[in-house]
Amino acid sequence: MAKSKKPTVDRRNFLKSVAAGAATLAAPAASLPAQPAAARPPVAMPLMPPVIETDPPAETEVLTLDRSGSDFMVDILKYLGIEYVCSVAGSSFRGLHESVINYGGNRNPEFITCCHEESSVAMGHGYAKIEGKPLCIFAHGTVGLQHASMAIYNAYCDRVPVFVIVGNILDATMRDSAYGEWPHSVQDAAAMVRDYMKWDDLPVSLPHFAESAVRAYKIAMTPPMGPVLLVADSELQENPIREGANLQIPKLALASPPQGDSGAVAEAARLLVRAENPLIVVDRSARTQTGIDLLVELAETLQAPVVDQAGRMNFPTRHPLNQTNRRGAVIANADVIMGLESPDFWSALNSVHDQVHRTSHPNIKSGAKLISITAGDLNIKANYQNFFRYTGVDLDIAADAEATLPSLIEETKRQITADRKRAFQDRGAKLASAHQQALEEARADAMYAWDASPVSTGRLCTELWNQIKDEDWSLVSILRHFSWWPLRLWPFKKHYQYLGVQGGGGVGYNAPAAVGAALANRKHGRLSVSIQDDGDLLFAPAVLWTAAHHRIPLLSVMHNNRAYHEEMMHVQRMANRHNRGIDRAHIGTTFEDPNMDFAKLAQGMGVYAEGPITDPKDLAPALRRAIAVVKRGEPALLDVVTQAR
Amino acid sequence: MKTLCAWCSAIVVTLAMPLIFGPTLVRGQNEGQPSKPAEASAANAENGKRLYTKYGCYECHGREGQGGVQTGPRLGPDPIPFKGFASYIRKPTREMPPYTAKVMSDQELADIYAFLQSRTQPPVVKPSPF
Repeated sequence: MAKSKKPTVDRRNFLKSVAAGAATLAAPAASLPAQPAAARPPVAMPLMPPVIETDPPAETEVLTLDRSGSDFMVDILKYLGIEYVCSVAGSSFRGLHESVINYGGNRNPEFITCCHEESSVAMGHGYAKIEGKPLCIFAHGTVGLQHASMAIYNAYCDRVPVFVIVGNILDATMRDSAYGEWPHSVQDAAAMVRDYMKWDDLPVSLPHFAESAVRAYKIAMTPPMGPVLLVADSELQENPIREGANLQIPKLALASPPQGDSGAVAEAARLLVRAENPLIVVDRSARTQTGIDLLVELAETLQAPVVDQAGRMNFPTRHPLNQTNRRGAVIANADVIMGLESPDFWSALNSVHDQVHRTSHPNIKSGAKLISITAGDLNIKANYQNFFRYTGVDLDIAADAEATLPSLIEETKRQITADRKRAFQDRGAKLASAHQQALEEARADAMYAWDASPVSTGRLCTELWNQIKDEDWSLVSILRHFSWWPLRLWPFKKHYQYLGVQGGGGVGYNAPAAVGAALANRKHGRLSVSIQDDGDLLFAPAVLWTAAHHRIPLLSVMHNNRAYHEEMMHVQRMANRHNRGIDRAHIGTTFEDPNMDFAKLAQGMGVYAEGPITDPKDLAPALRRAIAVVKRGEPALLDVVTQAR
Repeated sequence: MKTLCAWCSAIVVTLAMPLIFGPTLVRGQNEGQPSKPAEASAANAENGKRLYTKYGCYECHGREGQGGVQTGPRLGPDPIPFKGFASYIRKPTREMPPYTAKVMSDQELADIYAFLQSRTQPPVVKPSPF
């Protein structure tokens, strides 16, 4: 750690000196001839050099310094391997901002200019799901964090590591009203998001900041992963590093994820091996490619079907044991069902009847044994209830599924007898046949409304696939409003080919998360593709400018159904239920009259764009042109007017 | 603006939808021509198309009746026999909201059925791109 050789002065003393200078300025100024009002400096900016030259303050000011606390904070970010800082610039972290771009050389981390804090966090969300580690978000502790809160909630529900640093001035005597520092300061900044934050801290010294930053990173990265927050006090950022300070960054060693107890794992293996029709239900099971490979090994060892709830890329879509396209049949037939990182295991096993009186009924056989392996139970909070309905399982293992799979596979292999192996082979053959039949049905389904305008989602999915199938593609968007077509039809194999959902259901996630994922994919040379809902993009469309400015290659294909369509269906349901008019569900739910022109919107942000495309025959050439732009390293957007689902 | 409540509700039904709706509400290709509704003689497919949109049928079933995997099954071409079709619309047993005679007349229902009957068969694309 280099030590400053200049005389040290803390920011408080610096400001005292400045105040003295201001006082000496004020007195003689009063005796000067009156100046035109327009020529007067603003009240908040009275500290001009001429006065200092003619009437120096009694105390010598130190106007520059070599190293400030924020430089050390950047040292920590570099040590943690943070590649990017996504941020809307803000005065409460101006020290950090400047240290990143100058002291740190704007490289690892590089400052990414955002236009909304929700976009900053969501970019981090998407980035982490590709890269497997967090980037950093800077925000004001009050107004910035309030903007960011929805995206933090999404990351929390989705178990994604996001590293947030907020600026704040805790010492009220150091706040300057001229910069809005009173409304931009807060006693306990993290309080607002603590219900959906895995950990937070308010360090009061640089050594404290170093320890808490490393601790925060480790906590964020330990399954169940989640967002963490540190408050970087402005005084701590801007004060010079005390001469002789022996600042150290503690060693980071990521914690190994919790594995299932050996006895419980053996019992799980026993149940699975003895079952006639075991079933594996997965949601956020695979954190890495290894997680996918391990799940394939377990499923093949048992010749057991897998149903994917699609919270992550868990299992290859074309694997013969992937029975997601016929989940109803395999769930109803199963005698042992194991949920792996399935927060909503209950909904995989039951149905809700949404009529006047809501009821539910099980979809599983009476007596079916249930196993759950999830680390989610290790980080449950009470207020924001992201744990879904209680599932009465027979064997509950509070552990990370991916980390537990090796021992479960080993134990399963150990317990398999020759008889069971033969039974497994027969089962596997039937499942493979059923998988193929379901795939053929999905292929046929995609052909309906082939020539329709607005463009059918099946046609769009097909045309898009035809253009990207020979690329190293990464689909970085949510798919649940798109009838899940790609997961039903495309051959997903790799962990980066699908990212899952937003977690908390917050709209406005997809566009920035896709840009963040594309940012991560850029260095790997992958073609990032997003099927972009119109309503989602409208929340914070300026993230398109961020993509253009930072040359983030991303193909956004609009799923422009001109509505908050899910809400439209909800309103339709209410209208039907109340029997008093069924033709006005579009009021308050659609974006027509006038139609929005997303191509123009994107062009205004500096993004190559075409559209609106309403004739499906125009899709293929437009896709080719847009992909050529993306392969040159820039974002592109196609506005496709689509069917609702 | 979506409410969290609405989203949660939607998320709950996400997985359940395929189970709730079961198979598509169309007859198999080998089952012959659909039976005509009593009102079919006066049914008007063009008017049915207008009503299909106006009454929001497309919201869940697509503008061509092609269906959606989580929202509503395929309705056409080759819809199920009219009797079962009409009965289900009046008193659905699964997740579809009811369209009672108070808000949709028998004639309107017949017109919508005629529209679904008039849908064209999908093209056969070989080899499949998938």
